[in-house]
Amino acid sequence: MTTEAADSTETVGAVAPAAGPDFLQRHGGTIEYVLIPGAALAGALIVFGIFVAMFGKNPLDLYFYMYYGAFGTWFSWQNTLTRAAPLILTALCTALPAQLGMVIIGGEGALLIGALSATSAALALQGMPPLVVQIAMVFAGVIGGGLWIMLSGGLRQYRGVNETISSLLLVYIALAILNHLVEGAMRDPASLNKPSTREIGAANMIGSIPGTDVHWGLVFGLIAAIAAYILIYHTVFGFAARVAGGNVRAAKIVGLGVSKLILTICFLAGGAAGLAGMIEVAAVQGRTNANLAAGYGFTGILVAFLARQNPLAIVPVAILLGGISASGGLLQRRLGLPDASVLVLQGIIFVFVLASDALYGRIGFLKGKS
Amino acid sequence: MADASIGLWTVPLAVLGGAIRVSTPFLFVSLGECITERSGRINLGLEGTLVMGAMSAYGISYLSGSPWLGVFAAGITGALLGALHAGICSLPRVNDVAVGIALMLFGTGLAFYLGKPLIEPTAPRLPAIDFGWWSDIPQVRAALRVNVLFLIGVALAPILYWAFRTTRWGLLIRTAGESADAARAMGHSVLLIRLRATMAGGFLAGIGGSFLSLFYPGSWNEGLSSGQGITAVALVIFARWDPLLCLWASLAFGGAAALGPALQSVGVTSGYHLFNAAPYILTLAIMIITCSPKRTLTGAPAELSITR
Repeated sequence: MTTEAADSTETVGAVAPAAGPDFLQRHGGTIEYVLIPGAALAGALIVFGIFVAMFGKNPLDLYFYMYYGAFGTWFSWQNTLTRAAPLILTALCTALPAQLGMVIIGGEGALLIGALSATSAALALQGMPPLVVQIAMVFAGVIGGGLWIMLSGGLRQYRGVNETISSLLLVYIALAILNHLVEGAMRDPASLNKPSTREIGAANMIGSIPGTDVHWGLVFGLIAAIAAYILIYHTVFGFAARVAGGNVRAAKIVGLGVSKLILTICFLAGGAAGLAGMIEVAAVQGRTNANLAAGYGFTGILVAFLARQNPLAIVPVAILLGGISASGGLLQRRLGLPDASVLVLQGIIFVFVLASDALYGRIGFLKGKS
Repeated sequence: MADASIGLWTVPLAVLGGAIRVSTPFLFVSLGECITERSGRINLGLEGTLVMGAMSAYGISYLSGSPWLGVFAAGITGALLGALHAGICSLPRVNDVAVGIALMLFGTGLAFYLGKPLIEPTAPRLPAIDFGWWSDIPQVRAALRVNVLFLIGVALAPILYWAFRTTRWGLLIRTAGESADAARAMGHSVLLIRLRATMAGGFLAGIGGSFLSLFYPGSWNEGLSSGQGITAVALVIFARWDPLLCLWASLAFGGAAALGPALQSVGVTSGYHLFNAAPYILTLAIMIITCSPKRTLTGAPAELSITR
């Protein structure tokens, strides 16, 4: 993180840093960005431990199995990284519009539409060389998801419709469209119990990173996160977006095209989530069906908030949250916890992270008093 | 349910029945959210409150044998979640929209966790009043089997309308929503007013949830609510923060939500999923028509972050 970010927290904190060690003066803000979310996470884990203890489970067992199921073995690491890939991308769907001060929570919908468009592209291009099909799938997924969230952004800009509510409504509409097509026009007659589209074909799957079971989606996610970081913090476009996010009137006075910014950022945000959908199809499911609505879009919101909407911080946070969901299976088998325990923990973490916003600029020793 | 003797009349009848049956959770959540938003704060977490209310109502009804105790428990659960929302929001620099999203995830997760053992057993359900006794046609009777909670909700709308206008509490809530400074200058704690308003909103949303598990559809499972809570929050915006308009809007949404199952019962199955999405599409369409980028909405509480 840059010192620029650190400076801005100190001004936001409204408490002028007192004279103190130069290091804390310069980096106090950056340390805060790590320390406070870390403390929030620890607090959430403790509360979850108490919660589980009320049901007669040993919290220490819980922590051990969570660690073991997430990062304990090479197998669990691979499971974790596989789950982190879509989370990075769906988190970008919330983090990019957040630069403009918009709260978009419809990543799940863009993921579903992206998956549907990518599958359609693959099915339309059957028989073409796999690379052509895969590139077409990427474009279809990004454009499908991008237009979906751009709809929310456009409604906000041109009609004043609240983007948080519209993007969430669009999730349910996307799910209905998916179910409608999967059970109707796009249904594979051979899929009896679980209505699905036809398979995109084994040759068109994107496969794993050599030597691992982790699919290439992780690389897609990393590239997207780095690209988003550069776009936001090291380009004029990103600077303009942050200005508009800080003060729309100021942005208009200096002549920034706010509408264009909103539509572009929303398109890129939705495109990231759409890419996640494409990856889930081309690397995991091989087809589109209701399994795709696995909640990656909703967990992505949490990832974005925990990473404080910073595209680079999203990567480690997504791995952490991917780990928590990867350990869910082990918690179910070894401790007999319901599968919803991961949801409860995610909810507790979210609450703690938001409450911890109040702490910024208020920790004594970071202001240089110690 | 399809009966050849009345043929296609089944559809409007089922929509009418749906407007009465399906609208009840919409009605309670939107009235609750109306109170909260009038105080200047938005609680998007009512989706989670709705699901938690449904779960706790079912659980308490099963354990105690009294569905009304379940309804009460659902209200208390909702009020507690509301208190949690208000408590976190009262910390400095915490965004109420984000807290709502967090509580939406937390409430649903907690309900699924605690509700796992409740999927199998059958709990005593709420009784219904038969307003269709005069008719011989089973569909008419089915459509007019009305739950007491619906009647309470219908009565609550004008009471709230009146309370906002004339009572001391109504005026305090509106003052906090229009100008926090004015409320403060009068010597009232804005945070306390909003805490109470959010708890009241949560209480009503919890009761809305109890209707889902104890009357219609009348069982507990994880697919019980799919966005009714958030639709109801959007509905408050469309209803211009007016409890009476909330009532009419809820009825319209209930009817729209009943359209899919009604058409399916007469054999129209092709667009089933799309018709099921009707309430969401309707919400979005209404928001597109009624919102405007040029001005804030008439009737919007000035302190509300979501209409800025």
